[in-house]
Amino acid sequence: MKIKAQVAMVMNLDKCIGCHTCSVTCKTTWTNREGAEYMWFNNVETKPGIGYPKRWEDQELYKGGWQLRKGKLELKSGSKLSKVALGKIFYNPDMPEMKDYYEPWTYDYEKLTSAPDQEHTPVARAKSVVTGEYMDPEWGPNWEDQLAGAHITGPTDPNIEKIEEEIKFNFEQAFMMYLPRLCEHCLNPSCVASCPSGAMYKRDEDGIVLVDQEACRGWRYCMTGCPYKKVYFNWKTNKAEKCTFCFPRVESGLPTVCSETCTGRIRYLGVLLYDADRVQEAASTPDPKDLYQAQCDLFLDPHDPEIIEQAIKDGISEDWIEAAQNSPVYKLAIEYKLAFPLHPEYRTLPMVWYVPPLSPIMNYFEGKDSIKNPDMIFPAIEEMRIPLQYLANMLTAGDVDIVKGGLQRMAMMRSYMRAVSSGKDFDESKLERVGLTAKQTKQMYRLLAIAKYEDRFVIPTSHKESQMNVYRSQGSAGYDGMGTYGEQAPAQNPYSSFSVMGSDGGCDGCGPVTPGAAPVKTGKQIYEENFYGGIWRD
Amino acid sequence: MTSQFLWVIFPYICIAVFIVGHIFRYKSDQFGWTAKSSEFIEKKQLMIGSLLFHIGIFPVILGHVAGLGIPKEWTRAMGISDHMYHIGAVWGGGFFGVMTLAGMIILTSRRFTKKNVRKLSSRSDLIVNTFLLFIVFIGVYSSLITNTMTPGFDYRDTISVWFRSLLLFQPEAAYMASVPIAFKLHVVTGFLIFAMWPFTRLVHVWSVPLNYVGRSYILYRKHQPTKQSPR
Repeated sequence: MKIKAQVAMVMNLDKCIGCHTCSVTCKTTWTNREGAEYMWFNNVETKPGIGYPKRWEDQELYKGGWQLRKGKLELKSGSKLSKVALGKIFYNPDMPEMKDYYEPWTYDYEKLTSAPDQEHTPVARAKSVVTGEYMDPEWGPNWEDQLAGAHITGPTDPNIEKIEEEIKFNFEQAFMMYLPRLCEHCLNPSCVASCPSGAMYKRDEDGIVLVDQEACRGWRYCMTGCPYKKVYFNWKTNKAEKCTFCFPRVESGLPTVCSETCTGRIRYLGVLLYDADRVQEAASTPDPKDLYQAQCDLFLDPHDPEIIEQAIKDGISEDWIEAAQNSPVYKLAIEYKLAFPLHPEYRTLPMVWYVPPLSPIMNYFEGKDSIKNPDMIFPAIEEMRIPLQYLANMLTAGDVDIVKGGLQRMAMMRSYMRAVSSGKDFDESKLERVGLTAKQTKQMYRLLAIAKYEDRFVIPTSHKESQMNVYRSQGSAGYDGMGTYGEQAPAQNPYSSFSVMGSDGGCDGCGPVTPGAAPVKTGKQIYEENFYGGIWRD
Repeated sequence: MTSQFLWVIFPYICIAVFIVGHIFRYKSDQFGWTAKSSEFIEKKQLMIGSLLFHIGIFPVILGHVAGLGIPKEWTRAMGISDHMYHIGAVWGGGFFGVMTLAGMIILTSRRFTKKNVRKLSSRSDLIVNTFLLFIVFIGVYSSLITNTMTPGFDYRDTISVWFRSLLLFQPEAAYMASVPIAFKLHVVTGFLIFAMWPFTRLVHVWSVPLNYVGRSYILYRKHQPTKQSPR
């Protein structure tokens, strides 16, 4: 066993309102540069839809991810030898083109002020950033926003195509959900495996997948290799770029920009410990439907003394182990089994997981005295507006029962909390039937509904002091020294100290949580913890 | 004097620039070292052009190595008569030469006429493209047309001997005196592109990822304790 740590993310789609704040803040941080205009390290898609780039989920088209060939794991786009030897290096047949994403454009704003006196109001027409000529935008990172055009593109969504019964896209039966997407920072990253130059790598300390801009030679296999189409080609520098998981922030114990700015507080960041020796074995699980469980089995219980001992042996520091014990990602994905990986059938073992959305069915059966009879939850979930099979095709390689279990636990939590807060009786044996206890349910509620900043983000700082001369690095910031010695790690972020989330099951949501035996805080400390730039931060 | 410059001084300058330039570029510009593919912008014409050119150019290079590097006596000793060699060189070289030329014509016309590709091309891309097209064209022209038009000329007795004298640091410009103009143009422009090589996209040739085949799929990198660069 070789234990490694991974900083992973969970998104609670039940609360995503599709506001694109994550995309915009990410873009202004990372990709507002020439050559990167079309890149959205984070974008929010409305599903059903074919997304960005068009039909990214169609791996028969793009050949992303892995496949089993005679029981052996191999890149879907072909073996290593075939890439170098068969002329694919001169022309990559499986690579998306700019038009599959979109041709980036700006608007001719100058026209608004420089137009002469004329009968009609001047308009700012769209202008291609590439050619500088007028153009009609035809696609974009959220082109199908709020199901726009979904009566045309929706039926060709690969997740819809896999459903046998006919899905109607008329107004009465239409359904939708949001899917914020970013790099999955996979345990078995096919982009890394595809890179012939060895420029892509997974960081040993936190599992973040990066492109070494100096080593990249622009062969573009990574674009093909990534089944999520989250490695981009900069048409100005001719190098590959991708989501960095905001590593300079994560190293300092701060959440990624997309997580920090999420208005719906749907994102969670935390550490998972996993057995790196078994990654390939898990990814080679024969039946795609077993991949979800195989991936879960890789994650190790951070409370187990044997695991702790081995982790320390493998060089994981104690604060990281403590972070793993308090990890909201571990709770949501492993303990409560509410979050699932996106398209596990790609065999990349993705590390951004999703809690499927529930709300549409609650509305459906609320009228049917669900409180009096919580058993109604179970049949009702199958009657949900978003077909279970659709969610399963995205999150569990088509296994409906797994997704159903997660939704049932969330529905049961709502019933229970409603009973608790309205002073009604609740038969707690019903919780047991979905594998929960009363205490767990309250903790779950606190994590999902109250979603405190310090509960959502439990990120240990990196231990750069062991590799760098902190004194010499003072004042070096940004990326001039990134990689080996990096920027100076700022003072410990006050929000990354681990709170003991709901250890007593308390979840009334009033005021900041104080860890079990927390020192008494002064008024000033409490003020500073709760205000951020003059804004109340829960 | 001119011949001394063209066939001795100029080639040596080009070779020197080629070597020193590569060392300089490799040390100073890792970020700019890339295959610079435009497949992302335009795919259909690139497929035909790029495949024809690249698949054609490998045998062409091998042909040059054989033709310039191997003396007649050696091939004769191996039992290959001059006539056999000539037939092979003209037919084989002609076939792959024309293939390379066709690819280069497609790639060049694409680069100049496709609006997006033209817009994203640097001046160096355009120059390299035009230059390569000319070199390949004049090369094919010399071996197919000039060769048949001037039956008394044999490049293996002239250019090849001169080239080897250059490599052995005993340059003899005299061998080039009677060479037809098409061959001369091919040689001069050929050396010129070697001088341009380190400063253009052509450097991608040295990055052919042969070690990828034997590598493990997943790569991990760890923070390494490093020496602090002086500030």
